[in-house]
Amino acid sequence: MPTHDDTEPKLTREDVIKVAMLARLALSENEVTSLTQELTKIVGFVSQLSEIDTSDVEPLAHPLDSQNVFREDEPATSLKTADALRSAPRHDGECFLVPAVLGESSSA
Amino acid sequence: MSAETQHPFTTVIGLEVHVQLQTKTKLFCGCITTFGSPPNTQVCPTCLGLPGSLPVMNRRAFDLSLRAALALNCKIALFTKWDRKNYFYPDLPKGYQISQFDLPFSYEGHLEVCDPKGAFEPRTVRITRVHLEEDAGKSMHDETAGTADSRIDLNRTGTPLCEIVTEPDLRSAEEARAWLNELKLLLVYLGVSDCNMQEGSLRVDANVNLHIPQEDGRLAKTPIVEIKNMNSFRSVERALVYETERQWGEWQATKAEIGSMPKQTRGWDDSAGVTRGQRHKEESSDYRYFPEPDLVPVTVTEEQVTTIRSSMGEPPAVLRKTLADRWKIPANDAGVLVNQGPELVRYFEDLATRVGEGKVASNWMQQDVLRTLNERGGNITDFPVRPEAVADIIARVQKGDFDTSRGREIFASVVEKGASVAEVVAGMGIAAVDDSDLRALCEELIAENPKIVADVKGGKEQAAGGLIGQAKRKNPNVNPGKVRALAIELIRALP
Repeated sequence: MPTHDDTEPKLTREDVIKVAMLARLALSENEVTSLTQELTKIVGFVSQLSEIDTSDVEPLAHPLDSQNVFREDEPATSLKTADALRSAPRHDGECFLVPAVLGESSSA
Repeated sequence: MSAETQHPFTTVIGLEVHVQLQTKTKLFCGCITTFGSPPNTQVCPTCLGLPGSLPVMNRRAFDLSLRAALALNCKIALFTKWDRKNYFYPDLPKGYQISQFDLPFSYEGHLEVCDPKGAFEPRTVRITRVHLEEDAGKSMHDETAGTADSRIDLNRTGTPLCEIVTEPDLRSAEEARAWLNELKLLLVYLGVSDCNMQEGSLRVDANVNLHIPQEDGRLAKTPIVEIKNMNSFRSVERALVYETERQWGEWQATKAEIGSMPKQTRGWDDSAGVTRGQRHKEESSDYRYFPEPDLVPVTVTEEQVTTIRSSMGEPPAVLRKTLADRWKIPANDAGVLVNQGPELVRYFEDLATRVGEGKVASNWMQQDVLRTLNERGGNITDFPVRPEAVADIIARVQKGDFDTSRGREIFASVVEKGASVAEVVAGMGIAAVDDSDLRALCEELIAENPKIVADVKGGKEQAAGGLIGQAKRKNPNVNPGKVRALAIELIRALP
């Protein structure tokens, strides 16, 4: 079994900056420093799980012991547009308004 | 298109196709999926990603995608699950797309494409995987309005999409287009999707690079480029032709090989006819996939697979053969009919059953029905002359009431007037219009229709069809075939 030190993950400032970018979070230099330390500890703590030999264990796809939950393809009532838009910070009565998105849609 | 023959390289193309499934409702909620509705009228807490809402899988969406996978000869995973693909974009309200990552419900299929004219060898394209995921919404930015805002319509959000990924098995733009046509036909026949590109029901991205043999025997490979924003199969073909040439030029200038830079995404600009660089493609790990906790896994039994397989009907490739055998018509006839889609095949089989002779029915389909349909545009289901009327005309020809060419005039007249065959036959004084009257009429029409005249002169003979309706209004007894022939003759004789 590997020792704890061998599996201690190294989380770099660059990792934190990248994850923050993906999460669209603007971090100060100080925050990057403190988060690098904190996240290293968290990941290190969780990585203790890797000490367990799971070679004989089926991967778990879902914690619930349930499968095949479906609904029929039957229409249900949608929200009224006004209600759909109500909690948006900005809208024009028809669409949600967001800061300019240039280029094509993300389109799955 | 013949880049491979001009240049010493192989073009390597793989496709990623998204099709919207023909369901009434979205993948995870009961909002309907009607195209073109006013913005944000088909949304609910689930597809808006509001807190506390939970997705529940649409059974029909799953069955349809299973049907697509089986038709594409895929292996079906008996256990499948969904994953979250995380990214931020205003048209994705949850901040993640529910998709499938490591356990898609199907994999390792194939679909063959042939070219009836033999422009390329039959090509078997391997399918890497088919999976089921949800669509994003639509963001609109009106640059002319000069506003700083984009408008977001979430009607499309959560629409079920089948993603079909191929191996890089295509070798030319032409092949890619032909393969896409075959795929579309297959999915339409199966009722999986209407594959309407204008409405975004079918979207294609293409990955392309060049394999260039080197003098030392090594194979140099140019960096793979993903092309997006292609809105028709013709655009796909044009974009691939352009990109092939662009990469060849780039190779000669830089000798840059795959791996020397991140994978590039380029957008196709249809009016300019060029691809343009976009943002660098994020690595797939950047999407931080993890198992979707709000959906439980799905298991599929062999019995289910068998049931779906037996209910699928014949795919186009099989139907071409069975239709030819069943009605004793040439393979080429059957190919033309099948390629027009299932409704036209139903029309043909209805007609052939009434006529009792496949070849006669097929001739009328190819010569009259299809040509008129192409001229008029629109769908066979809206075509004004139904199979019983065509069968009626054919029966009268076979009975000797009149000959085939007169029968075809009656057909054209039924199309024009929207009258019944009996009415047209009864009211027919076609021969009564003498040649000098006809000539005067045609000269009149030519003088009044400079656009049609120009089109016909330019080689678009079918444009002359536009004169027939006018001729009929001037003289209801006129013979449309003669008007067409004489008008074209007169136009050709113009200086």
